Amino acid sequence: MTVSIVVVSHSAKIADGAVELAAQMAPDVVILPAGGTDDGRIGTSLEKVLAALEAASGQAAGAGAEGTVVLTDLGSAVMTAESALEFLENPEGVLLADAPLVEGLVAAAVAAQGGADVQAVRKAAEGVGIPAGQPAPAAGGTDHLESPTSAAPDFTGDFELVNQAGMHARPAAKVAGGLASLDAEVTINGVDGASMTGLMTLGAGKGTVLHVEAWGADAEKAVEYVGGLVEAGFGEP
Amino acid sequence: MVLDANWAVKWLTLCAQAMAEHRVELIELDRAIGDSDHGENMDRGFQAVLAKLGESTPETPGAALKMTAMTLMSKVGGAAGPLYGTAFLRAATALGDSAEIDASAWAGALAAARDGIVARGKAESGDKTMVDAWTPAVDAARAAADGGSTDVLGVLVAAAEAAEAGAVATDPMVARKGRASYLGERSAGHRDPGAASSALILRAAVGAAA
Repeated sequence: MTVSIVVVSHSAKIADGAVELAAQMAPDVVILPAGGTDDGRIGTSLEKVLAALEAASGQAAGAGAEGTVVLTDLGSAVMTAESALEFLENPEGVLLADAPLVEGLVAAAVAAQGGADVQAVRKAAEGVGIPAGQPAPAAGGTDHLESPTSAAPDFTGDFELVNQAGMHARPAAKVAGGLASLDAEVTINGVDGASMTGLMTLGAGKGTVLHVEAWGADAEKAVEYVGGLVEAGFGEP
Repeated sequence: MVLDANWAVKWLTLCAQAMAEHRVELIELDRAIGDSDHGENMDRGFQAVLAKLGESTPETPGAALKMTAMTLMSKVGGAAGPLYGTAFLRAATALGDSAEIDASAWAGALAAARDGIVARGKAESGDKTMVDAWTPAVDAARAAADGGSTDVLGVLVAAAEAAEAGAVATDPMVARKGRASYLGERSAGHRDPGAASSALILRAAVGAAA
C-alpha cells in the first residue's frame, strides 16, 4: 500500500474535484476528500476530517509505506486539520503539508503512487511552492545531503526526449514520483526533479536534451531511473 | 461554592441563549470587518451543543466542555469553530475528570483555553482578535484566585468583566490577524466580533453560577 492523502477544503466541490484530478495521476493511492460542513455549507468540519483520516489510515493499512499527508486550503481549514490531530490517538503518521492545494495534492499523489514514504510525500507537496531552479527543502533529518548548488554532483547524465509530446504532465509525474522515493537530490535542467510542476515549467519538447545532476546515496539510481524513462519515451509514441 | 457538571450544563445553555440573542449584533460586527457569518455560525454551533445536551447529560464539567469542543469544531464552519473548539478542548483537558472545580482550577482552565486559541490562531495581544478578550480575562481570573479569594464566583465575575473591557478595547485597534486584517486601517473603529462573542461566553459562566 501507499501513503494515503486527505484533502480538507471549505468547499465539498473543491475537495471532490481536487481528489478526482489527482486520482487520475495516482490510481493506486487512497485520496479522500473532507470538504464543506456537515450540512453542506461552505466551511470545514472536524467530524468530516476525522472520518476521512480514520478511513485513510484504515484503507491504507497493510504492508509498505504508511501514513497520511493532509492538504488544506484557506486558514480555518488548516486550523481544523490541526485540531483533528489533537483528537487522534496516533497522530504520528499524519503530516500536514503547507502547500498550494491543487498543485501540492497532485505532486503528493504522484509521489505516493511512486512509493514514497510519508515524509517524502509531504516534501513533494511542499516542493511545488518553490521557484523553479531551487531544490525542494529536505525532509526532516536529511540535511546530510550536500547542497546541489555548492558541491559537484555525484552522478550526471544527458538524455534526449524521444517521445512526441515531450515532458508533459504524465511523464513529469512519473519522473517526479519515482525520484521522490529515492534518497537523492536531483535537478533536471536546473529544476527540482522531484517537483512535477517544476519539470513541467521546463517546457521540454521532443529533441530536448535533459541534463540530470544527482547528489546523495541513490544518485546513480536516480540518474538511471530518469534515463530509463526518457529513452523508453515514457512508454509513449 | 464550587463549579460542577450542573453548572457546566447551565453555562452552555446560557451560551446558546446569548448567541441566539446577540446573533444579529454579532452579524453586524462581522459585516463591518469580516464576512458577516460570525453570529450565524456561533448560534448554529451552540444550538448544536444544546441538542447534544438534550441527548445525554455529561457527568463532569470536563466531559461537557469536551463535547462542546467537538460540536463547535464540527458545526461552526468558520475560523471560530477550531478556535473555540480548541479553547474548550484545552480547558476540558486541564480540568480532567474532576467533578468539582475550585477557583484556582478554573483560572487554570481559562489559561489553558487561551493558550489553545493562541496556538491555533497564532494571534497576539493587540491583533484585534478574541485573544484581546481572553488574555485580560485569564489575568484577572488568576489575580482573583491568587488573591486569596476561594470564591469561584468572584473568579468568574473578574474574568467576565475583564473580557468585556477587553472586547471594548478592540474598537480602535487595527486588525493584524484574520479576515479583518485585509482591511488594514479601515478595521479601526469596529469591535472585533470574536472578542465580543468571547465576552458573552464568559459572562454566561457568571449567570450559570448565580
